[in-house]
Amino acid sequence: MTAPVAAKTALKEKFAQATDRPSADHDAVNVPVGEVVAALKYLRDEFAFDLLMDLTAVDWAEGASPRFTVVYHLFSSVNLGYIRVATDCTSNVEPTAPSVVDLWPAANWHERECYDLLGVKFTAHPDLRRILMWDGYPYHPLRKEFPLAGIEVPLPDSEVGVETGAAVIAAPMAGGPFVASPGEINLTEAEPRAKDESWSDRRPRPDQTGLKQFKG
Amino acid sequence: MATEFSIPDSAAKTADAEQEFGSEKMALSMGPSHPSTHGVLRLQLEIDGEIVTKCDPVVGYLHRGDEKIAENMTYNQFVPFTDRLDYLAPLANNMAYAIAVEKLAHLEVPPRCQAIRVLTAEMARISSHLMGLGAFGLDVGAWTVLVLSLNQREFLYKLFEELTGARFTTSYTRIGGVSRDVPDGWLENVGKFCDQFLPALEEILSLLTRNKIFTDRTMGVGVISKEDALAYGLTGPNLRGSGVPLDLRKDKPYSGYEQYEFDVPVGAKGDSYDRYLVRGEEMRQSVRIIRQIVKSFPAGDWYAKDARKIFAPPKDKVLSSMEELIQNFMIVTEGPQIPAGEVYFEAENPKGILGFFIVSKGGGVPWRLKIRSPSFCNLSIVPKVCTGILISDVVAILGSFDFVMGECDR
Repeated sequence: MTAPVAAKTALKEKFAQATDRPSADHDAVNVPVGEVVAALKYLRDEFAFDLLMDLTAVDWAEGASPRFTVVYHLFSSVNLGYIRVATDCTSNVEPTAPSVVDLWPAANWHERECYDLLGVKFTAHPDLRRILMWDGYPYHPLRKEFPLAGIEVPLPDSEVGVETGAAVIAAPMAGGPFVASPGEINLTEAEPRAKDESWSDRRPRPDQTGLKQFKG
Repeated sequence: MATEFSIPDSAAKTADAEQEFGSEKMALSMGPSHPSTHGVLRLQLEIDGEIVTKCDPVVGYLHRGDEKIAENMTYNQFVPFTDRLDYLAPLANNMAYAIAVEKLAHLEVPPRCQAIRVLTAEMARISSHLMGLGAFGLDVGAWTVLVLSLNQREFLYKLFEELTGARFTTSYTRIGGVSRDVPDGWLENVGKFCDQFLPALEEILSLLTRNKIFTDRTMGVGVISKEDALAYGLTGPNLRGSGVPLDLRKDKPYSGYEQYEFDVPVGAKGDSYDRYLVRGEEMRQSVRIIRQIVKSFPAGDWYAKDARKIFAPPKDKVLSSMEELIQNFMIVTEGPQIPAGEVYFEAENPKGILGFFIVSKGGGVPWRLKIRSPSFCNLSIVPKVCTGILISDVVAILGSFDFVMGECDR
């Protein structure tokens, strides 16, 4: 489609700090976190990107900087084209991004989900509560350091836990051979690469005291 | 436990309540186990008599962490998890996921594979809409619709079983193809199904379309304007019911949808009744597409033969030839080798637009996989629509949204 190409060029002209982002399909731009709301508003008003299709964040793992990237996917029901806008959060420890609920009410639940699972705080969000996990849950499970098997936490209603004896049990795949390699590891040489062998039934649980608890 | 109760004076009770709550408003938790919330949706309602004054949906009861799981397994291993998103249309989810990964790999599947996928996706659309319609009817008091539509859905499930080996969780696609070709005589059976389905569909719809009880319960209830529908990111029949003719099958054709003729129905008012009408018409259009595919079913390969690092070789060759054995071993142990990059693909599923955002750093495992689920986005408008209406209308509106919690909570 021609419209998104024009949108991207115009966006880069208007916002000097916007840069191209490598992409396998749609047009994509990187925008600094301070300008992202203005850029998205510009795209919505000038290029009829009326649908906020998706809003999410990517965790590039501990040690990476910037660690968190918030990604917006816009679609225009008029020009029928997509554009991807990405912005790197400045803080690697307590990532924040501005909320776009004022532009698209659809962002409300997306941002809540992003906060819930990845811990990206959206400033000026009207109601930034957890959405998929329960209120008071101490972790952000989609962060890379969170283990697949989960971490045992008290259930929201402690009586239920006492009554049923419910507890977190290791996911069947935990410690399996498949895991995304954070670096440029050649999987052919590394195979079978166990994520964490201590997670099997035969070995004791790993020490979780080092894991930082996030305060909601 | 024995407790002594004393019955308080009712006037004093009201005064106490007013003092405590400031008004006569009452909190009502609807769900997570409630027949009209189609799964485990919970609505935290604040009601004043029979009027809902505030509605806060609580989702997440079916959260399984599919996105976390996807980061820890190979691309093909995740296919069964896509079944469990919208479990009423697993074939359509399988297709959307496979195309997303193939886009990342710059892989084109042959026309026969595309036709099989479109065919199964449209059959899944019919089966999903039948269930949605039946449940909607049931919510507003029409039992027969459910029975008749489940009967038709059973025919479809028989066909799915013949094709994929499973009725419900089909896991049919692979990256670069499908798990097996269509069996002999299956296409004729699909044609036969279409022949008997259209009159049956008319019968089912005739039970509701001019039904006084049904129209009273749905017409003018849960009206969503065009602007609201777009602003809240509604998609699928819920968006088209509000009069926006956005259908990715037409507007952003994938998997060869551009070859088929079909119409995109839109609603006029955006009420629950319009959403019902849109779904009814979509089933007729799906039958149209299926008939075109059956008529001009392409010959040739049903998987991408040249994608040797992505699609596993045929089983008979694996057991007799060394090279294919190694190839199969590599794909099974390390997964299909997908280049690094970012891709976002959306498909028009029965419930709305299902999107997959995949970030790959190369290799057989995604770095990040985000599922944009239509039910989640469609439900986000519930607080707006379900305020200031009767509790019984909440039931009708939820029925007309036709959401699936497996997809919403992921």
